[in-house]
Amino acid sequence: MELTAILFYLFSLVTIGAACVMVFSKNVVYSAFALMFTLIGVAAIYVLLYADFLAATQLLVYVGGILILILFGLMLTGQGHTYTFKSVTVNIVPGSVLSLAAGALLIYAFVTTGWNEVEPIERTETVNEMGMMLMGSYILPFIVIGVLLLIAIIGAILMSTRISTENRN
Amino acid sequence: MESTFIQWLAEPALIHFLIVSAILFALGLMAVITKRNIIMVLMGVELILNSANINFVAFSRFTELSLDGQMIGMFVIIIAAAEAAVALAIVLNVFNRFNTINLDDLNTLKG
Repeated sequence: MELTAILFYLFSLVTIGAACVMVFSKNVVYSAFALMFTLIGVAAIYVLLYADFLAATQLLVYVGGILILILFGLMLTGQGHTYTFKSVTVNIVPGSVLSLAAGALLIYAFVTTGWNEVEPIERTETVNEMGMMLMGSYILPFIVIGVLLLIAIIGAILMSTRISTENRN
Repeated sequence: MESTFIQWLAEPALIHFLIVSAILFALGLMAVITKRNIIMVLMGVELILNSANINFVAFSRFTELSLDGQMIGMFVIIIAAAEAAVALAIVLNVFNRFNTINLDDLNTLKG
């Protein structure tokens, strides 16, 4: 067994195990930290797929940004102390049956479809080529996504600064 | 039969990555369905977005969709960042108004 296979199984085990901890944990803070390990595992899977720039982006945006944002949201909406960060779980039997069915159907569809695979192109780095594509054929989506980010940030700031204290009882 | 299965296991190809993403999708779906904490539902949505992204990057390596797949994956990450910012602002507003983040207690439509 070569090194790539060992690394693939190690990182998929980390990813899926941490995702299981995230879903089945009773404490929301534990779930957030398990989500961090899941995101790092996904970044490692990107590295195994020769997507170095995307892996760095994943680490910066998800682990450094979205996860901190989720922890902020957790702290700002918690009722006082950390031991009250409970997550209520409902519909555990229908939910697990439905998600198991969805996963099994997806795996069945993936395995039985004949994918038109080609020999992987060996790249040393993707940054140069992706930058060229971003400034070439992807220039319109690039501008649109910049405007979208601007609008999202303005909306988030507007919504979170209009919080008044008069509704609290 | 036995040896071909072991050989299939020993060489990670497209199918292996797709199966990992399918399992992640099922777990994210379960978090969205069964949890009643808004933050947990948001984390489940992030998990589903990540599983879709693994699919894009795997197709970008193993099929003819070469670097275009990684480009779409990057746009997905950016949109996920925007979604998380707006969703957490909404969560803060909901907590301010109703003093709870349990989804079952948010059953009024009048503003």
